[in-house]
Amino acid sequence: MKAFIAALSAMGVSLGVSLAYGTQEKEPRYKYKKDALVYAEIAKAPEKARAKRNPLEKDPDAVAAGSISFEQHCSECHGEAGEGGKKGPSLLAPEVQNSEPGAIFWILTNGVVRRGMPVWSKLPEPQRWQLVRYIKSLGAAPAKPENAPSTTPTPTAPSLPRH
Amino acid sequence: MAFCFRLAFPGITLLSLISFWLSPSAHAQESPYIVAYDHYLEEPGNLEVEYFSTFGTQRAGNDFHAFWMEFEYGATAWWTTEFYLDGQTTFNDSTTFTGFRWENRFRPLKREHFINPVLYVEYEHKSGADKILKEGEGHDVEADFLAPNAEARKEHINEVELKLILSNTFKGWNFTENTLAAKDLSNSPWEFGYALGASRPLALKASAKRCSFCRQNFVAGVEMYGGLGDRHSFGLHETSHYLAPVVAWNLPSDWTLRLSAGFGLNDNSHRFLLRWGLSREITGFGSMVSRLFGGHK
Repeated sequence: MKAFIAALSAMGVSLGVSLAYGTQEKEPRYKYKKDALVYAEIAKAPEKARAKRNPLEKDPDAVAAGSISFEQHCSECHGEAGEGGKKGPSLLAPEVQNSEPGAIFWILTNGVVRRGMPVWSKLPEPQRWQLVRYIKSLGAAPAKPENAPSTTPTPTAPSLPRH
Repeated sequence: MAFCFRLAFPGITLLSLISFWLSPSAHAQESPYIVAYDHYLEEPGNLEVEYFSTFGTQRAGNDFHAFWMEFEYGATAWWTTEFYLDGQTTFNDSTTFTGFRWENRFRPLKREHFINPVLYVEYEHKSGADKILKEGEGHDVEADFLAPNAEARKEHINEVELKLILSNTFKGWNFTENTLAAKDLSNSPWEFGYALGASRPLALKASAKRCSFCRQNFVAGVEMYGGLGDRHSFGLHETSHYLAPVVAWNLPSDWTLRLSAGFGLNDNSHRFLLRWGLSREITGFGSMVSRLFGGHK
């Protein structure tokens, strides 16, 4: 019984630490800095990965399939329309939209583990390419003025098809 | 303790089920393994609540039904922590609470590699009546399960278990190898074990329509696990081993159903282990708890 209580206490402490850590991450100024750090990861994609072409570029169903996967796996952090959320940066930002499909695929595969984005290689490659098609279909947001305080949702974000 | 368990286990199960209905959820993309682990951790801030059952046959004794609840929380993208509550019913004998486990998995590398390591540390506080067979280790054999519950639960085991998980995903296939070392904190030698797994979704491309029976929702595979003796007698002598086809059905309604039929590979193993599990992932659990305490407005 003592061991049970000790283990529960230890779990409570570790849960508290992780929750406090999560709360700290959500403060706006820190979030903006974090978003920038996440965007910087895209630039780290190797040339070989960038040069990869999307094999589903001409698949007529890829965007629709990608939108379902996005809703299921990504919208919790990145917002329903990719506008950015409490935990994840906007995917409408030029840093994402102007990236090569191969670079976005590379980020999906590798995650940004130290900044909170898990690896998504558990989704098979074709599903990750479908996600890339969908993310690219969201279109770029208008450029923001410099020193913008945070990545706010873009009002011009296209509405998504719901199937 | 057993009386408390009889009251607490249904209560926890009921509370968990209520929390399922009231909470936002995420479509799970779970592996079918029940014993082996791959290198994918829980998404940060999400809580996965899982229930598992194991029905096992017993030669020269009573068959049993062991069960456990798992609460798996993604603390960060590189750290997942899990809490287990275990119990079992031995037919023609009794039902008993058999202990709890606290497990942590850490991903040391930042990016995906050809082989991805995950470090696993677990503390187990269980009785000798534990029958969930969540791993194969040391010289554990079928005959160990013959003792009646009243006698077996008098034995208390405090154990630390370490695993090195090496996993790779290639062309939709996942291959994983887990090496296990466990130490009873009393004066017992280190024990060793292994688990191997291979699995693949039935379709790699997702459908453009929402569907329950689409092939991409099913992941099928096989796992094999068993003991490798202990520090004094390492090897296959007096060890048990199992081979189990496994399948997971990731439902669009956010539930995952797993099924596994395990077959004992030698005379020291139970002939048959039928396992099934039901789980649901609660999205943003960390944020919800944080909001409860005014952490995030």
